[in-house]
Amino acid sequence: MSTTLTPVLTKQWDDPRSWTLETYRRGGGYQALAKALGSDPAALIEEVKNSGLRGRGGAGFPTGMKWSFLPKPDGGPRYLVVNADESEPGTCKDIPLMMAAPHTLVEGVAITSYAIGCHHAFIYLRGEVVHVYRRLMNAVQEAYDAGLLGKDIQGTGFDLDITVHAGAGAYECGEETALLDSLEGRRGQPRLKPPFPAVEGLYARPTVVNNVESIASVPSIIAQGADWFSSMGTEKSKGYGIFSLSGHVTRPGQYEAPLGITLRELLDMAGGIRDGHELKFWTPGGSSTPIFTSEHLDVPLDFDSVAAAGSMLGTRALQMFDETTSVVHAVARWIDFYAHESCGKCTPCREGTYWMKQIMTRLEHGKGTAEDIDTLLDVCDNIFGRSFCALGDAATAPVTSGIEHFREEFELGTHTPWWEAFPPANSALFPVTQKEAASV
Amino acid sequence: MTENSDMAIRGPREVSSEARARTSWGGNHVQAEDRAHASNAILHPQAPLQATAEPYTAEQLTQLNADIDAIIARYPVKRSALLPMLHLIQSVDGYVTGRGVRLCAERLELTDAEVSGVATFYTQYKRHPNGDYTIGVCTNTLCAVMGGDLIFERLSEHLGIGHDETTEDGKITLERVECNAACDYAPVVMANWEFFDQQTPESTVQLADDLRAGKDVAPTRGAAKVCTFKHIERVLAGFPDGRADEGVGAGEQSLEGLRLAHQNDWRAPGDEGGPLSEEAHQNTATTDETGGPLPGHPHSSAERQED
Repeated sequence: MSTTLTPVLTKQWDDPRSWTLETYRRGGGYQALAKALGSDPAALIEEVKNSGLRGRGGAGFPTGMKWSFLPKPDGGPRYLVVNADESEPGTCKDIPLMMAAPHTLVEGVAITSYAIGCHHAFIYLRGEVVHVYRRLMNAVQEAYDAGLLGKDIQGTGFDLDITVHAGAGAYECGEETALLDSLEGRRGQPRLKPPFPAVEGLYARPTVVNNVESIASVPSIIAQGADWFSSMGTEKSKGYGIFSLSGHVTRPGQYEAPLGITLRELLDMAGGIRDGHELKFWTPGGSSTPIFTSEHLDVPLDFDSVAAAGSMLGTRALQMFDETTSVVHAVARWIDFYAHESCGKCTPCREGTYWMKQIMTRLEHGKGTAEDIDTLLDVCDNIFGRSFCALGDAATAPVTSGIEHFREEFELGTHTPWWEAFPPANSALFPVTQKEAASV
Repeated sequence: MTENSDMAIRGPREVSSEARARTSWGGNHVQAEDRAHASNAILHPQAPLQATAEPYTAEQLTQLNADIDAIIARYPVKRSALLPMLHLIQSVDGYVTGRGVRLCAERLELTDAEVSGVATFYTQYKRHPNGDYTIGVCTNTLCAVMGGDLIFERLSEHLGIGHDETTEDGKITLERVECNAACDYAPVVMANWEFFDQQTPESTVQLADDLRAGKDVAPTRGAAKVCTFKHIERVLAGFPDGRADEGVGAGEQSLEGLRLAHQNDWRAPGDEGGPLSEEAHQNTATTDETGGPLPGHPHSSAERQED
């Protein structure tokens, strides 16, 4: 095996009290903050730029460059907002990170705030994870009590407050401008760009919005240097990242590895697809990334290689489904999700997801028409690139890629219900009794 | 000003029964086949917001206003306080009431319509009285395929209620929830937004029965026990309940990669080992210093069998 795991963010997760300041400091925590506070903020931005860190929330935009887009200070406030609204189906890396090691994020917030001249940072956490909210609030309080946040941090004259904010259930708030509207106490709907948040973000002030894992990676970069970080990964996708394996895999879980590792390598580590079954399809980075099949096992999981193969690296949410799974059912449920979560602001997404949902439902029941596949593709064509934000584009990904790789299953949907072709009891991870199977 | 000028003038029961009569999805009227496959059934039916007949007592208002002051103080612009304030309203009223909307509007100098518009956007804000415990079964694709559909079906049948409905004793509200960022633990069930990992139909029915019976139930990853809906809503309003140190740091699946790295002595460049590596083999999830839950309890993975 050529690639091995590289625990950095996950390194302390197995400590008995991994979430505490005491544990974090024992592992060298907050030394990077001390180093940063003794540095020129511009040098910190340069270091993160040089590291090659690209956004870990899915889009892969260079983090340091995003920071450098802020206009010159004008004396008014500038904000850092951490996107902790992890809701992309399949994605499950930030939530365990914040539950197990919230100080990694808090230290990253402090360093980043200092680098960009922010004195009030926000962590916008989705509201449906109450224990993670407890851990974050606790970590922030511990940091205040230790003089790592608040006024005149470590005698440097730098002031920083962090507010941990709980959302209330809306996938759309993971879109950065919708998140800002939500944080301002509004419906979570996206804003027209430009102006970008760097120029007019929170309260129309210059704002950096970054994913949890991006910000949590900053302390290690500052502590060990850009060269250290960029010694991992590929030429254009530097560093490590958390790969989340889920579904019909023997040992699902979090595997932290250099970008560019392949699913074949990760599957070897995770014990392969569950015994007696084979991989049918998978997502490289959540439901919004076009599905792959077993033909794509050797695609390096970095931004450019996955894009070249026709999908997106996204959030490295590797959801795996074996041959017992109906593609039509899987896609239909994702479309249910997008239709439910469409914020309603723009017509292509609001109406398009609604139409696709009706068509997918027909196909699930084996009542599809001969025109349904073409209609689906036509609807996708009218959503993609025409909606206000990426949610609309994302909703087309499972449909177009599903039809591309498994057209025959969509054709099956014109006469056979999915549950007859793919009995759901066969896909479940627990034994299903005959009675339960019969009721389905 | 009177409650009647608010968005609804009918009592909760009246609206609720009317809403059910108007729609085909209400109650148990959904066809069994549709429930099973969630195909024709509306996955997330919406109910209207409702007014409450009773104004807040002076005592309630004093406490609410003090809490609202504390929330507003967290933000540079006070409207940002609205989401936590709506959580706070639910911590007192058990759902977003008309009087709660009015109070938020008054404190933030917004109209009732502006507050209602926000409250109806987010799924965690409830439009009718919620049960003491919300059990949310993840039926997004990954969990659904891994067994979430079967779990929801069994629990719905067991409780005699559908999505966003509450048992007659007011104990349990059943929901389909979207992906809750725990896919490596599929199928996942949330109880008042605490994680119950690797569930089965049997374990989830047991969870519901235990909660209804008033037993303390420990999540797989979370506090030492599942607290009530109102209690959790107060936490979500940003008021800590002192339970942050309870429970595990990470569950078994979260540690799979780290465990493998330890076994093979795989490290990131420049990591020479040291104190952390020595601890590596002590898997936290099997020890618990805090009195928190251990994996493998009845609601955890005990009944799961590897295929």
